[in-house]
Amino acid sequence: MTYDATFRVWRGDASGGELQPFTVAVNEGEVVLDVIHRLQATQAGDLAVRWNCKAGKCGSCSAEINGRPRLMCLTRMSTFGEGETVTVTPLRTFPVIRDLVTDVSYNYEKAAQIPAFTPRPREKDGSHRMQQVDVERPQEFRKCIECFLCQDTCHVIRDHEENKAAFAGPRFLIRLAELDMHPLDVVDRRNAAQEEFGLGYCNITKCCSEVCPEGIHLTDNGIIPLKERVVDRKYDPLTWLGSKIGRRRSD
Amino acid sequence: MELERHEYDVVVVGAGGAGLRAAIEAHESGARVAVVCKSLLGKAHTVMAEGGIAAAMANLYPEDNWRVHFRDTMRGGTMLNPWRMAQLHAQEAPDRVRELEDWGALFDRTADGLISQRDFGGHRFARLAHVGDRTGLELIRTLQQRTVALGIDVYMECTVTRLLTDDAGITGAFGYWRESGRFIAWEAPSVVLATGGIGKSYKVTSNSWEYTGDGHSLALQAGATLVNMEFVQFHPTGMVWPPSVRGILVTESVRGDGGILKNSAGNRFMFDYIPDFFRKETAESEAEADRWYDDKKNNRRPPELLPRDEVARAINSEVKAGRGTPHGGVFLDIASRRSPEYIRKRLPSMYHQFKELAEVDITSEPMEVGPTCHYVMGGVEVDPDNAAARVPGLFAAGEVAGGMHGSNRLGGNSLSDLLVFGRRAGLAAAEHALKRMGRVELADDALADAGRAALAPFEREGGENPYTVQHDLQQTMHDLVGIIRTAPEMEQALARIAALKERVANLSVEGHRQYNPGWHLALDLPHMLIVSECIARAALERQESRGGHTRDDFPASDAEWAKTNLICTPTGDGGVAVRHQPLPQMPPELAEIFEETA
Repeated sequence: MTYDATFRVWRGDASGGELQPFTVAVNEGEVVLDVIHRLQATQAGDLAVRWNCKAGKCGSCSAEINGRPRLMCLTRMSTFGEGETVTVTPLRTFPVIRDLVTDVSYNYEKAAQIPAFTPRPREKDGSHRMQQVDVERPQEFRKCIECFLCQDTCHVIRDHEENKAAFAGPRFLIRLAELDMHPLDVVDRRNAAQEEFGLGYCNITKCCSEVCPEGIHLTDNGIIPLKERVVDRKYDPLTWLGSKIGRRRSD
Repeated sequence: MELERHEYDVVVVGAGGAGLRAAIEAHESGARVAVVCKSLLGKAHTVMAEGGIAAAMANLYPEDNWRVHFRDTMRGGTMLNPWRMAQLHAQEAPDRVRELEDWGALFDRTADGLISQRDFGGHRFARLAHVGDRTGLELIRTLQQRTVALGIDVYMECTVTRLLTDDAGITGAFGYWRESGRFIAWEAPSVVLATGGIGKSYKVTSNSWEYTGDGHSLALQAGATLVNMEFVQFHPTGMVWPPSVRGILVTESVRGDGGILKNSAGNRFMFDYIPDFFRKETAESEAEADRWYDDKKNNRRPPELLPRDEVARAINSEVKAGRGTPHGGVFLDIASRRSPEYIRKRLPSMYHQFKELAEVDITSEPMEVGPTCHYVMGGVEVDPDNAAARVPGLFAAGEVAGGMHGSNRLGGNSLSDLLVFGRRAGLAAAEHALKRMGRVELADDALADAGRAALAPFEREGGENPYTVQHDLQQTMHDLVGIIRTAPEMEQALARIAALKERVANLSVEGHRQYNPGWHLALDLPHMLIVSECIARAALERQESRGGHTRDDFPASDAEWAKTNLICTPTGDGGVAVRHQPLPQMPPELAEIFEETA
């Protein structure tokens, strides 16, 4: 069941690099990350790659495999023909550090800017009561393993470095959606979603949902409902009237 | 030597559940806190925990309380746990779970809106707060978001290679940035070790690359002691096929939610392996076991939910007797017992994992499973109340700390352990820092020495590749200090470890310091070796079988050994010595809990 596969792996750093060809053994049942590990152990001891759980739970081993954003630990070698060349490159949306490792600090900066979860007080008996049906909507987004494949594929920032300041990316739009749907949270982040995190930049092409290894429906269940809630607030006649009256008073 | 320097009150090494909980508590106690972690924030091994957090909240069973949880934990650990740790753990776990909700965690609910609780091995009542089968992810994300909201400094992808001390105790830590290879040092009077476990010393393991025993080894080097190192938990259900995923965890929730174990003949073999110690609380027939899921008052637990050591040994015996599956495991079947809808709802990650990695649909076919190295019960010997190690200023919490779980940990007790003792460690570390007068100083020669040691693999030419040495260590521990042990094999393991130490001293790595995994592994290997030596020495010393330590040459438990802990101490020459230490005496008001009905 073992065969020799042809791999091309991008190697280099911020100053540049190139695809390096390798011929490497592949065994039955293996995934791309197994092959990368074999390269490290036998041919390229310093090949830089992030990984942790190797089971699709931590979201560390994100890369582009034949141009598609994937987790290397969940990409089975059996999905390629034995004669097919497998090309592994780093996530394109983030600056390269070395080889397959990119600088994902953009994501951590955006995460830190989101107004924190703020719960209503506990009930008299010290508990928080929530119904299962109400927790299930935000739970979908809490399945996120922060692999940042959605960030990588999103065309708003993929080749538009200039948009990064104004746009938080799909991962953090669904974080905002999650907080908005959280039964205990009391903060209104709708204005911030629009003004500070760039919700309006998303034109719902659903590329993020397509690459999500957790199968989260980012666009349909997160971003679109959040857009609707923002619109409700902005065009609600009472809110509109309130803002007009407020403005007149301040004149 | 180029060196980035920082000053803090508390440095927490590790950003899993225990580390983040410690950091939050230390911060809230007024300390300046840094968290240092080898991976990106949010990727720690806690993320892999699936089943839940054990806490006697009594949301489903009003009969449940801390005394029952305490009793279950002590019995699961065959009474070798320091009673005070088990007591604090059982008493405080419910509050630790509740506060996670204040920080945004969204647990599954009961019908009346409280946190739902699920059944697990060794727990008398349904007790595990959970989110499907991804509870660890919920825990890590909640603590991560809380840490970020509090503005705590996090040094990501940064590895600590030395703890620094003076005559009065801890003065700080030294390490390197993985990304650049540059050196960094923190001055701090308190260090909390929360580095997790040691599983990467074994060939088949559910643990990630990070689990190289760093904290165990750093503590020893700083002069602290390790306890119970002979007890390594082999989780009964890891994946066995395909080979590349061998060892990946299959959550105990599969059994908690109705899954059963069968051998190749189709027999539900666990009924043949019920030990006398647990006979009174285990079902006698399949019919009784099946009724238990809905009626716990009038029926007893299925034998599939015996503590993990019992189930792992049973699977091992079935496979050895030739009744295993084609790939050397046994069958774990939930497909024939629960509806596809129920399985997908309760076990979404398992469904996904088997579908993606093994092309097995667990709603229609059984899984093939076998034991996998999962958890080390042994660790840094700590004071139960404040998590302090035997070096002033050094604290340890979570898997790196020893004792709490005795000879065998119950499922679900790890996440609660992280929270209870992470908080206590953070609190005590902050108090210690605020009490220690004046600024601690880092000695220049100690820093220079740490730098030289870290760069040594680059200086040597033509030495061996670190990956080969790691592979040989994993094979040694798997073959000779695994789930079933004998004296001659462990003596052989110690000889091999001595030889591996020489090989590690002569490693060389290629490339340069920037994000170089070969170099990182070369620096992890000495930790893995010293921890492996501790396990082998303690396991050789304990001439009985108990919990996660099974001796083929001493198959029975022994009354004298039941009163003894083994303590590993560093010897001057980089080796390890083992000494006996009597267990602390349980006070009568706790001892009487065990005289109540089984």
